[in-house]
Amino acid sequence: MKEQRFVREITEAKRRILLLSFVVGAIFFFLVLRLWHLQVLNADDYRSMSENNRLRFVPVAASRGAIMDRNGKVLVSNRPSFSLAVVPQEVKDKELLLNQMTALLALDRADLADRWEKGKGRARYYPIVLASNISRDQVEMVEENHLRLPGVEIEMKPVREYTNGILAAHLLGYIGEVSEDELNTKAYEDYNPGDYVGKNGIERALEGELHGTDGGRQLEVDARGRVLRTVSESYPKVGNSVVLTIDSELQKQAEQAFGDQAGAAVAMDVNTGEVLAFVSNPGFDPALFSGKLPAAKWKEYLEDIRHPMENKALTGQYPPGSTFKIITALAGLEDGKITDTSSVDCTGAYKVGTSTFKCWNKHGHGYTNLKKALRESCDVFFYQLGERLGVDAIAATARKFLLGAPLGIGLANEKGGLIPTAEWKKKRFGTRWYHGETLPVAIGQGYVLMTPIQMASMIATVANEGSVYRPHLVKRIVDADGKLLKEFKPELLAKTGISAANYRLVKQGLFSVVNDPGGTGAMARLYDVRVAGKTGTSQVVKMRNSKTSTPYQYRDHALFVAFAPYDNPEIALAVVVEHGEHGGSAAAPIAGRILRAWFDGKKPAKKVLEKPKAVQGDEDGEEAPQSPQEDGASEDTPQ
Amino acid sequence: MIDRRLLTNIDWMLAGLTVVICLLGILNIYSATAPYKVVGAPYYIKQFNWMLVGMFVATLACSFDYHILEDLSYWLYGFMLLLLLAVLVVGRHSMGATRWLDLGFFNIQPSELMKIVIVMTFARFFNNFQAIGGLSVKDLLFPLAILAVPVLMIIKQPDLGTAVLVIMIALSMTVYVGLRWSAVVTFTLVTIPAAWLAWAKLLRPYQKNRIFDFLDPERSRLGSGYHIIQSKIAVGSGGIVGKGFVKGTQSQLRFLPEQHTDFAFSVFAEEWGFIGCLVLIVLYLSLVLWGLNIARNCNDRFGALLAMGVTAMLFWHIVINMGMVMGLFPVVGVPLPFFSYGGTSMITSMVGIGILQNISLRRFMF
Repeated sequence: MKEQRFVREITEAKRRILLLSFVVGAIFFFLVLRLWHLQVLNADDYRSMSENNRLRFVPVAASRGAIMDRNGKVLVSNRPSFSLAVVPQEVKDKELLLNQMTALLALDRADLADRWEKGKGRARYYPIVLASNISRDQVEMVEENHLRLPGVEIEMKPVREYTNGILAAHLLGYIGEVSEDELNTKAYEDYNPGDYVGKNGIERALEGELHGTDGGRQLEVDARGRVLRTVSESYPKVGNSVVLTIDSELQKQAEQAFGDQAGAAVAMDVNTGEVLAFVSNPGFDPALFSGKLPAAKWKEYLEDIRHPMENKALTGQYPPGSTFKIITALAGLEDGKITDTSSVDCTGAYKVGTSTFKCWNKHGHGYTNLKKALRESCDVFFYQLGERLGVDAIAATARKFLLGAPLGIGLANEKGGLIPTAEWKKKRFGTRWYHGETLPVAIGQGYVLMTPIQMASMIATVANEGSVYRPHLVKRIVDADGKLLKEFKPELLAKTGISAANYRLVKQGLFSVVNDPGGTGAMARLYDVRVAGKTGTSQVVKMRNSKTSTPYQYRDHALFVAFAPYDNPEIALAVVVEHGEHGGSAAAPIAGRILRAWFDGKKPAKKVLEKPKAVQGDEDGEEAPQSPQEDGASEDTPQ
Repeated sequence: MIDRRLLTNIDWMLAGLTVVICLLGILNIYSATAPYKVVGAPYYIKQFNWMLVGMFVATLACSFDYHILEDLSYWLYGFMLLLLLAVLVVGRHSMGATRWLDLGFFNIQPSELMKIVIVMTFARFFNNFQAIGGLSVKDLLFPLAILAVPVLMIIKQPDLGTAVLVIMIALSMTVYVGLRWSAVVTFTLVTIPAAWLAWAKLLRPYQKNRIFDFLDPERSRLGSGYHIIQSKIAVGSGGIVGKGFVKGTQSQLRFLPEQHTDFAFSVFAEEWGFIGCLVLIVLYLSLVLWGLNIARNCNDRFGALLAMGVTAMLFWHIVINMGMVMGLFPVVGVPLPFFSYGGTSMITSMVGIGILQNISLRRFMF
């Protein structure tokens, strides 16, 4: 009985499963019917609905942060500009549209087509920027011909405005459209083609702070483009502003001081490493790079023998010439090879083996001690000292000043210069160091190379007697409301460990250079502030016939390093005049003008009433009215 | 654990159908997530990994004799109630609902597991309950009670989709066992006021909206009816042959919300058209019928009930999800098994497949 019921039940269960299978089949069949209804019977309707189904994205570009000088003066801000964009999904006939745009707007067709191609990759309702910074006439043309340009839009984007024209162009850098190579890197993964990014200088170094975040509205529109609703919206976030350590007034005066001459100058706060002026002359107009640079202008920049596009303060590497004697002198004093009374008889040349090394003064300086050697820049004194020290001892002292490697000013492509050693030469050329090669090194020639940043840092370290601060350009970063986000404090990179007494001996010599009769740097003299410095002339080519016949590019570079005031140094600077021939005549006057500008700029803060000043710089010291009491002794003969 | 003899009985049809659907799903997820900006591993890779994990879990689920589950089922049921209670008390809140339990190293969704456990619990109850001539009203009281407790807890989370599924699974099993006419009538009379009460007291406004939207999608074209309309446009615009792989304008322009999870089928329908859908539906139909066949070939009542319940679980997922995508049902969060992106759904479905395989393996043991 039980057995029988079990069997009956099993059979019954199997029957039910079969029944359920039919039910399942029927329901699935119903699903298929529904699919048939949607995908076969009404496919056309749905297809046209899907084609008219549109989202639109209206980007709202974020303003780039401003760049200001140390006093809060705005150097770079923004102004609105217009770009031409196309929304691919709105375009039926791409070729026709390209022809229309070319004809109406006088734009290059190949260029438009190329940018269209590169802009693909996002959803088709995102606009692709085809031309940036178009003129108002072009904007009007687009507005008037809207029907003939379906899918074409005008976007408003903020672009850079340089309040002071070409002031500090190399330092500020310029912005341009993000390149394809950049887009493929991790740092730019959130960028889209057509976005502006900093290409060099501060604009590039602080891209992350300055850029801000773009916003936009995602809209749903119908087939006629009428907005049905806002799907999502995000507000642009303005980039942060950068406050530089640069004093724009000083910068301006420094740039003007160069006139037409090519060169670089770096002025630095002796006690913090803050860079007060950062000049590379000639400059260029950074505003030109925001739009499409006119080919003629670009050609002009490229063909200029003075290389305006080169940031000479950052990437220029020059033999420091006689300014390097500071290092040699300190090496000699520290190693006990000389004292302040050690004396050498300069006859105008010095023989080592079969080679003769000439002093710049072929008549010779006669008996010369350290102070005189620095003042008159006697080469023979330093040849002999260099010979006794050897190249590695000189290099060791240079290393204490962190020469031979980039100091990390915070801009890309900073160069490191070169401080040769015997080991370096073995590695580089595979040959040993020859004794005679040390002599040019002792006077900053031969293999020695330094950047203007390094020269300024070196003289600042001499001025403060041993502290190497990191030269830096940014004081702080603030948000759009002026709230402080980041502050850059002075960073002590190293202490040279050289005794203060030895620094003083050298500094006395440097004071003498500017202020004593026979000093090579007299043209940097100020009537009211005691300046100390060192001239330098660095050879570009070894052999020359006469000065007048030397072509520009073979003429010597003129150098000058200085600090002031002598007793309580606050500013240090290095000036390089490319092919300026003589440090004393070409570079020292520029240094003088920069220092003049610095101390004039500080005057109103010190004294409420300012006297009118007709004369400037070194030329007419005696005629100047009254010197301020604290610097009253500046015209006296030094101790 | 696994008898060597059992290995020769592996149900290749079941395994094969599952893997083919999984692979189609991964292909479809590749397309559905193509317009996404992805950080880390792409979705389709993650889904592939979930498939491997799922297959491992399925292997575990068929490695023991399924009769153990009969003894375990009430314990599991009790344990699941505790977990559901824990969700309500300390659950992880995400997207307006509290469904997850954070176990530190990973998150679990107890309501998903409840689907399987309710199958076991009902299978055990009906196995021991002999009802000649069908279940009477009185016979239904106990199953109704063990159903109501977890369902109410799941609605409270709130997770309407899962609650509906648990009810449908239980209902299917009950119908399979058989009802008296008197029970059917009473049940209907009780359900209508209960439904009204649930409508008035239990459903959240957004859940009500979804039902309104389903009844009249044009009512809020750009509001919450948006999903239904966009999904229908996607499916319909696919036409007979579809727009092609990764070429669906609806999906590639991201009109569809959750197009890689609950609306994965609409991406598939748009890109592969009626023909592609037909293939997929035949695959799913085969899977369901094969599951029923396993139930039919099983010679013990518990096994048959278990197989039937698991198959019902898969069936209702498929029908509700596809119906939702095609605009036949309101939008409830029910994934398409093996096809929608997501680990929880994959694991639950694979456990189901493992149990079916388990029953199929041991069909000759009596």
